[in-house]
Amino acid sequence: MELVLTREEAAFRDEVRAFIAENYPAEMRVPNPDTDLTKEQMLLWHRILHKKGWIAPLWPKEYGGPGWSITKRFIFERETTRAGTLPPLAFSVTMVGPVIYTFGNETQKKKFLPRILSGEDWWCQGYSEPGSGSDLASVRTKAVRDGDHYIVNGHKTWTTLAQHADWIFCLVRTDPSAKPQSGISFLLIDMKSPGVTVRPIITIDGSHEVNDVFLENVRVPAANLIGEENKGWTYAKFLLGNERTSMAGIGRSTRYLDRLKQIVKAEIPEDDPAHLEFVRDIARIELDVLALEATELRIVAQMARGIDPGPAASLFKIRGTEIFQDITELTHRAIGNYGLAIREHPVSANHFMPGPDYGHTASEKYLNSRKLSIYGGSNEIQRNIIAKAVLGL
Amino acid sequence: MDIQFTEEQELLRSSVQRLLRDQYDFDARRKIVASEEGWSRKHWSSFAELGLLAAPFSEEVGGLGGGPLATMIMMQEFGRHLLVEPFFETVVLAGGLIEDFGSAAQQATYLPDIMSGEKVWALAWSEGRSRYDLGHVSTIARREGGSYVLSGTKAAVVAAPWADSLIVSARTSGERGDRNGVSLFVVDRHSPNLHLQGFRTIDGRRAAEVALMNVSVPASQMLGREGEGVAALEACRDSAIGALCAETIGAMGELNAATLEYSKTRKQFGATLGSFQVLQHRMVDMFIAHQEALSLMQHLNLSLASKDEGVSRLASGAKSKIGYAAKFVADQAVQVHGGMGMTDELNVGHYFKRISSINIQFGDPAFHVLRYAQLDAAA
Repeated sequence: MELVLTREEAAFRDEVRAFIAENYPAEMRVPNPDTDLTKEQMLLWHRILHKKGWIAPLWPKEYGGPGWSITKRFIFERETTRAGTLPPLAFSVTMVGPVIYTFGNETQKKKFLPRILSGEDWWCQGYSEPGSGSDLASVRTKAVRDGDHYIVNGHKTWTTLAQHADWIFCLVRTDPSAKPQSGISFLLIDMKSPGVTVRPIITIDGSHEVNDVFLENVRVPAANLIGEENKGWTYAKFLLGNERTSMAGIGRSTRYLDRLKQIVKAEIPEDDPAHLEFVRDIARIELDVLALEATELRIVAQMARGIDPGPAASLFKIRGTEIFQDITELTHRAIGNYGLAIREHPVSANHFMPGPDYGHTASEKYLNSRKLSIYGGSNEIQRNIIAKAVLGL
Repeated sequence: MDIQFTEEQELLRSSVQRLLRDQYDFDARRKIVASEEGWSRKHWSSFAELGLLAAPFSEEVGGLGGGPLATMIMMQEFGRHLLVEPFFETVVLAGGLIEDFGSAAQQATYLPDIMSGEKVWALAWSEGRSRYDLGHVSTIARREGGSYVLSGTKAAVVAAPWADSLIVSARTSGERGDRNGVSLFVVDRHSPNLHLQGFRTIDGRRAAEVALMNVSVPASQMLGREGEGVAALEACRDSAIGALCAETIGAMGELNAATLEYSKTRKQFGATLGSFQVLQHRMVDMFIAHQEALSLMQHLNLSLASKDEGVSRLASGAKSKIGYAAKFVADQAVQVHGGMGMTDELNVGHYFKRISSINIQFGDPAFHVLRYAQLDAAA
């Protein structure tokens, strides 16, 4: 399915395609880019995009964005996800960057924005806590003012790629007596500060993506407060809106479906009754993707005409994650008995994996994608949002 | 159709429960899985001492005569504790095949060492693209004098790295996919020209690709009749399914208990998770799934015990229905536990992985629902 593109937009699409084909680093094409790349490798493409001026499509031109229209941003997003390039670190570029240029002061903008664009600073997200998952407003990490510093104590969790991070943006409680949403502030913390400890959390696929981050008497300059004290909830919600917009994942789903088709073709002969079943299941998922893509195109077209999409992000999050879970599950089933095997982490060529190469990451992807319906606001929460905000229930 | 256990069966259950409660909690299991070998010989000896490894075998071959119901009772407890030791592979698969199809001499040679815990076995039936077709065998067994010479590669053989002996399916006649012409052989795992490439499984076990490059096996080690290996494997699969379904029920029960418990303590938005109606209904569905699966599992094992005709169709039906039910329960248990359900630290994810693994072993739920339908059409 295609948007109706102007001549200029079509030329832009071709330019993006050609740029990816010519410049995407070969060494980033590993079996599972989410787990198999070093920090340095992850940053290769980031630096290339930065040099080209394409690293931050969302950002206004004055802060280093390319100044694209909504349609162009959409084209770029679609071409990069279809090609399977590693997206620039969302915590830096999509999340904290826009918060800083929207609510930060001039000093903060000058200090942080260029380093986000260049990839010099790696950011992680200090939102979730052991007691507050989908209920973010219940954060308990405390920040107490002490002269021109805050003293921060608390425990953040599910912090993605904190092991690589230079900075963490945190929701902290600055007014314990206020209502949950009104006593929260948005604080930027240097990960090298004394009192910051990162502990890995290993997930069921055996990988290390997420972490606990412990903050013990961490002294944070008050200059690192974004906006006003106790107004952090406003900034946090602004950021979450950005987090959920790209969750339809059409490009990714399309890529994984293509691969699944190849696997089924290679693994299951046509005279096996399972073949027809897989063909039918794949077709069903393909239609799910098509319908979601059509919905996305419809909403992009509305946005381009200036219509507020409302909580459409929740719809994309629910369906995008459900579809991807279906695909990874079906892929895991397609490789039959080899679905029993799983790669050891950290990944090394010294560990033997049985079966054809295309099946080597099927188990870990299947297991890892269980998280999709949980993180970024669980799918139950997204349904509540639609019930309330769209249906008025 | 509830099972009233005999005194003996109750005794078996309570002794397994006691042993696992005392020695096989989740931390102990974690250490075993992380160990060099990946399983515990110490625990294996305890199982032998308690008579668990002899329990299902008939008294004629030196067992305790417990049959499929003894297996069911034990597997259910093993499922609750996520046991990784190769009871299923050694006792249910290999032991079952030897008891049902072995000669008196073979029974006398192999079974005592199984029951005493001396020897561990694995069953090598699958191959690269066999999926769940027992007759998809391209490994060849060529007769040479008083021996057979085996060549080929068996795929994803669970417990092979631990095993002393393997039962290998190989073709003595016919072509890949033929029902006839497959024979079973007892192969010493340390035979010359037999090579293992080991790997880890999603559920914390070890498995291997087994390459046989002209492995010589005395003709006396053929198990069952020449060319009738598929029928033997089919019967073996029926018992295997009975055991795996029991293990599944154990795992499902633990998942439901853990999820219910969590939903009563975990608070979000100032209320326990269990107070949200959407999650209440979810957990009711998990409860119903477990109840139905439990009933079907018992029904199957009773049929196996009384050697009912048509048990093979029932086995496929149960593997499918219980597999789907378990998948639903496992998915939802992880979902309701949120991020915690995704961690290696909590047992919930490990039950999820064991259930995912069982849903592959000997055929996934989609394979078996089709077989169930086809056996009906054939009847």
